Amino acid sequence: MNKRIVLEDGFSLVGQAIGSEEDSPIFEAVFNTSMTGYQEILSDPSYYGQGIIFTNPLIGNVGINRDDFEALDPSLFAVILSSLCPTPSNFRCKMTLGDFLKQKKVPGIANVDTRALVLHLRDKGTLRGKIVDVSSSIDDVAAEIQETPWLHDHSAKVMTKKAYEIPATGKRIVLLDFGAKLNIVHTLVDRNCAVIVVPGSSSLSDVLSYSPDGILVSNGPGDPQDNKGGIETIRGLIEKDIPMFGICLGHQLIALSKGAKTYKMKFGHRGANQPVIDLKTGKVSITSQNHGYAVDADSLEGTGLLPTHLNLNDRTIEGLRDERHPVFSVQYHPEAAAGPHDSFFLIDQFLAMIDEKEGYIHA
Amino acid sequence: MPKRTDIRKILVIGSGPIVIGQAAEFDYSGTQACKALREEGYEVVLINSNPATIMTDRDIADKVYIEPLNLEAAKRVIYKERPDAILGTLGGQTGLNLTMDLARAGILEQFRVEVLGTSLEAINRASDRELFKKLMDDIKEPMAQSLEVETVKEALEAGRKIGYPVVVRPFYTLGGTGGGYADDEKALAEISESGLSVSPIHKCLIEKSLRGYKEIEYEVMRDDKDNAIVVCAMENVDPVGIHTGDSIVVAPLQTLTDKENQMLRDVSLKIIRALKITGGCNVQIALDPLSFKYFIIEVNPRVSRSSALASKATGYPIAEISAKLSVGLTLDEILNPITKKSYCCFEPSIDYIVTKYPRFPFDKFGSADRELTTQMKATGEVMAIGRTFEESFNKAIRSLEVKRDSLFDPAFSEKKDEELWKMVQDCDYERPFAIAELFRRDVTIKAIHEATMIDTFFLEKIRNIVEIEKEVQEKPDDIEVLRRAKKISVSDSFIARSWKMNEMALESLRKKEGIVPVFKMVDTCAGEFESATPYFYSTHEMENESIPTNREKVVVLGSGPIRIGQGVEFDFATVHSIFALRKLGYEAIVINNNPETVSTDFSVSDKLYFEPLTIEDVMNVIDLEKPLGVIVQFGGQTAINLAKALDERGIKILGTSLQGIDAGEDRDIFEKVMEKLQIPTPIGRTAFNIEEARKISKELGYPLIIRPSYVLGGRAMQVVNDDRELEIYMKTAVKEITHDSPILLDKYIVGREVEVDAISDGEDVYLPGIMSQIERAGVHSGDSTSVYPPLGLDEKTKETILDYTIKIGRGFNIKGLFNIQFDVEAKTGKVYVIEVNPRSSRTVPYLSKATDVRMCEIATGAVMGRSLKKQGFATGMKPERKDRYFVKCPAFSFSKIRGVDTTLGPEMKSTGESMGSDVSFEKALAKALLGTNVTLPLSSNVLITVSDDTKKEALKIAKKFFAIGYGIYATSGTARFLRENGLIVRNARKVSEEADGTEDVLSLIRTKKVTYVINTQPFRDKVSSLDGYLIRRVAWENGIFCMTCLDTANALLSVLENESYSFEPLKGEEDED
Repeated sequence: MNKRIVLEDGFSLVGQAIGSEEDSPIFEAVFNTSMTGYQEILSDPSYYGQGIIFTNPLIGNVGINRDDFEALDPSLFAVILSSLCPTPSNFRCKMTLGDFLKQKKVPGIANVDTRALVLHLRDKGTLRGKIVDVSSSIDDVAAEIQETPWLHDHSAKVMTKKAYEIPATGKRIVLLDFGAKLNIVHTLVDRNCAVIVVPGSSSLSDVLSYSPDGILVSNGPGDPQDNKGGIETIRGLIEKDIPMFGICLGHQLIALSKGAKTYKMKFGHRGANQPVIDLKTGKVSITSQNHGYAVDADSLEGTGLLPTHLNLNDRTIEGLRDERHPVFSVQYHPEAAAGPHDSFFLIDQFLAMIDEKEGYIHA
Repeated sequence: MPKRTDIRKILVIGSGPIVIGQAAEFDYSGTQACKALREEGYEVVLINSNPATIMTDRDIADKVYIEPLNLEAAKRVIYKERPDAILGTLGGQTGLNLTMDLARAGILEQFRVEVLGTSLEAINRASDRELFKKLMDDIKEPMAQSLEVETVKEALEAGRKIGYPVVVRPFYTLGGTGGGYADDEKALAEISESGLSVSPIHKCLIEKSLRGYKEIEYEVMRDDKDNAIVVCAMENVDPVGIHTGDSIVVAPLQTLTDKENQMLRDVSLKIIRALKITGGCNVQIALDPLSFKYFIIEVNPRVSRSSALASKATGYPIAEISAKLSVGLTLDEILNPITKKSYCCFEPSIDYIVTKYPRFPFDKFGSADRELTTQMKATGEVMAIGRTFEESFNKAIRSLEVKRDSLFDPAFSEKKDEELWKMVQDCDYERPFAIAELFRRDVTIKAIHEATMIDTFFLEKIRNIVEIEKEVQEKPDDIEVLRRAKKISVSDSFIARSWKMNEMALESLRKKEGIVPVFKMVDTCAGEFESATPYFYSTHEMENESIPTNREKVVVLGSGPIRIGQGVEFDFATVHSIFALRKLGYEAIVINNNPETVSTDFSVSDKLYFEPLTIEDVMNVIDLEKPLGVIVQFGGQTAINLAKALDERGIKILGTSLQGIDAGEDRDIFEKVMEKLQIPTPIGRTAFNIEEARKISKELGYPLIIRPSYVLGGRAMQVVNDDRELEIYMKTAVKEITHDSPILLDKYIVGREVEVDAISDGEDVYLPGIMSQIERAGVHSGDSTSVYPPLGLDEKTKETILDYTIKIGRGFNIKGLFNIQFDVEAKTGKVYVIEVNPRSSRTVPYLSKATDVRMCEIATGAVMGRSLKKQGFATGMKPERKDRYFVKCPAFSFSKIRGVDTTLGPEMKSTGESMGSDVSFEKALAKALLGTNVTLPLSSNVLITVSDDTKKEALKIAKKFFAIGYGIYATSGTARFLRENGLIVRNARKVSEEADGTEDVLSLIRTKKVTYVINTQPFRDKVSSLDGYLIRRVAWENGIFCMTCLDTANALLSVLENESYSFEPLKGEEDED
């Protein structure tokens, strides 16, 4: 079945339907340059509201397996790719990507010139789009998109509704969930942490009631400024001197809670090859990234936050630490999945910070 | 870290002549490194024995020494130049080994030369399997169980301990030479014996076989700050068991999940850090297709063939960056030369799929063992880029130039099932075509997968190609089928043939339907950053990114994969033409498909199109770019072969016109033109049957050169001396004589072969110099030893040669380069023209360097209409050099390919060349020979085993050897003859002779009791040739210089005599010799 992807500026390509054959909701079109890990990417809750363009032209080669999900269900709005592999091969493969998208009712389009789309977005900046029937009028669809207001409160849609605990005998970590990737939970569980997953919108007293040793502020979709409640809670927790680590959206929320500003980037960073330089050691890590907003470097003055990491290419803020409180954060994904494992050590650094804090308290 | 300021002068080591396992990739990496170091302000001194490379151009380094890559030569260069540092990691295994030798000999310490880049200790740890194994144990990375052995007995014990199948890996050899798989004791005994003999330290590793595992490679980089990145991860389509150089390889990874990829990425980075590599490094890993289990196969602590491939596949110039890292810069300081916006400390992301397909020499080596193993056999490779596997695979196949434009080959349709299955199971080099044919016969993916362990992902894609090809064949003129077929880049020529159309007619039909490819950019970042890289590939997609400029453009066609007969010399010419065009202000556009070469470095040309060199693919570029015309004369036969089709399409051939090209290529036209110019050519005749052949032999007289007309390039060509030989030839060598393919008989001129390369603008003809060949006519000129200034030509002969050259230049209306082969008859001194090649030739780089004439640059000027006069050259020959001799020697790769006879003949067998220069011919020859890794021991023994017709000549040679103190061994017949003529000779027993207590020839060779072998073989006669064959093979495999032409032996003698003393009693002048 032929489909059409239309962007709000009228840019349009024709391809074949994959996944759900329904028209897609209006999405923010973004591209991801990872060459492996489409399963992790399309199940990452941070893609809520977005349509992902995979720059790798061959997608679905290894099918879908049982283990590599970042959430039980995908929350992205659409998938746009070049070639979908109907005959995947991998020892863990359980089904084809095509079947999975159908089963999960994710609309998508294949056999489009994805590079043309990517170059368009690179030039114009992020645009919204929609996958519609091939017979639809491009102008009508573009107009429809333009008239539709931007979505808000993305995180609220994907965060856990109720707090729950994954018990273990180690440190007690409250994961402030704004749409957390499962691998964040995995990395904590692997380190024998008891993880209490709570909605990102939880109040300070709710969080404190779980007596956390540390707080991990998760990744998540959308504009960080939409999370007013979460920002309040984070501010309170920082003041209580509870060790805190923020990832991606979590990093932006920490910045906002300290009075810094965030802004929407032209087309963001999404991929597994972003170089980040550690300002202290001068060393570069290759990182997994997925963000469309960033912390404004100029807004950091007077907030008590110091930049610790920069993107080597565009010098955007990639890491922060609090001058006085045991708080640090990174814009990228140390938990990887998909992407390089170079920054796993940050999770350990977070746990070590908790140890130090305790040492300090007990001393 | 900023770059080092405490060093000023750097010695860079090249990789020497092209051999299998060490090819043009090191010209690319070496050239890049020299450029990078000079860019950073260092003075670069280069040593390399290979004249055919861009790297050894005077422009590339501050000082270029074309000298043998051995301890003595390197020491002298160091002594003379006093470099502060040495960089040996860019010259392949040869460069590493020489650096190690210099260190071991204390020379680096003595002259305070610092080793740049990866430390010798790290190199040692990566290269010595025992040390490497220990390191892997320390960092807890698994390697397959293995044991080191020094004897066949130990090997068999190891086999028992580890359990079969096992793999034999000799230490310190190129491209896995001498290794292989053994399924049982018998095979192990055989392979370990050859492995032990080729290893310079006579050690092999016996290792658990991982056949069937996926073979995954990571190209990694590390700097002194310990930043480490993966430039490219590549997946071998062929599982472990076939050398990665012989495997079809794709990038990026196709059948790995992110979990597997990241696991192996972690491992690769852990290893490069543990080894403390500075620069590029290749990590090969075997991955179980059914679990997360993996084993480290090996690590190359330097740039390699794979890194050249990764550079071209991603756009990330590994060698250039490695060179910069070696002088202390770090990855985060170096701007990505592609985007000029991001830094080198990142991992390229690619949004296309690359297929690398190896080019094998089996078309030349018909008798060779075609089975692919852990020992590399490919001479070169092609790379193709597409947006689907099918597209890139189809493009790769037609880039190979193996007369195939699809996976469909009628010759395979005729094969029986069993034959096809045997090819599949034996890993025959044409396996993909056998697989395709089996798919055509409805064999299942599962069955092929079980037989090959090739991942079903790739098999599905191959079957998909087969299905679409079938559809093309079944549905002529169906536009929808055409559309589908072009989407995966099925070739026009295949479709046209299937649809019984002329290719040009299909082309216009396709264009009418709007089915034309677009061009996309290779930008290292999948489109994330804007780039200005002029590096493109075609694909059947929507948006075109290659925007033509308004400038005057010229397309230069490259020469495709490196193969025997068309080597790096043609890349040299291509690159020089590009440089010249740019200098003249034209936009130089290059089309080529060889990932190893300098011409496909995107910084060389104004625009690089990485495409197959077929008329379809070339026309796609031309249709877009609309150049002034196309230059075909620098890209070897590959480019010349396209001239006709280009001309038919109204595209201007710049330089020598199609008529001029035809005059050289078409025998009839050639003879007519030569007659008109009154230049003698050997009389040639055509025979359609044996009676006619006999009649012609009477008319012309023996000896004759005889060959079937349908065979090109010397295959099946032979010299026949009498009726008996003619008869044998007609019966054995010729399958069928038909009207379309008669037999050609030429008068064989007994004399000296002479060669020239010259430049003409149609009016003036400039000849930089004449080269003479050591070996008599009958040995392919590419396999001969060549000398400049020429030996044994008097002034009159030289004048005649010049005169003919000028006449031919004008008569053929040559614009640009041309090459002429002459024979100077010994008896009469008469000069014959054997052939005219209206193009650049194999000897152009050698002659350019020997005479210091920028031949390709001047020729490009002439091609573009700048007369020679305007360029400052008048008709005539450059005065000969008097100060120095320049000798070019062929280099062979016989030890890599089993089953090849090493006898030299009209069919070319060498893969590369080295040049030596010095104040005398003898010294220059010695250097050239040393440059090809021949050793020249003084006062040892020589084995002589020659055919009857050469015994007299051999006697003279034997006497000379004897006179300077060599012992003579000879086989029975030869020994008898030599003894009868007064020489002291020891007997060497032929293998076919019964044991009589004397040592047999093979063990004499293996134990190195003899250090030279002189062997001539009688006219192809099966019985004696097996003995001869074994002698020659075993000699090569044991690194003993084996001469099959007495001229070579005479030349060698002149070298040895020059370095030895002879002892003679006093005698009077009247005494006879």
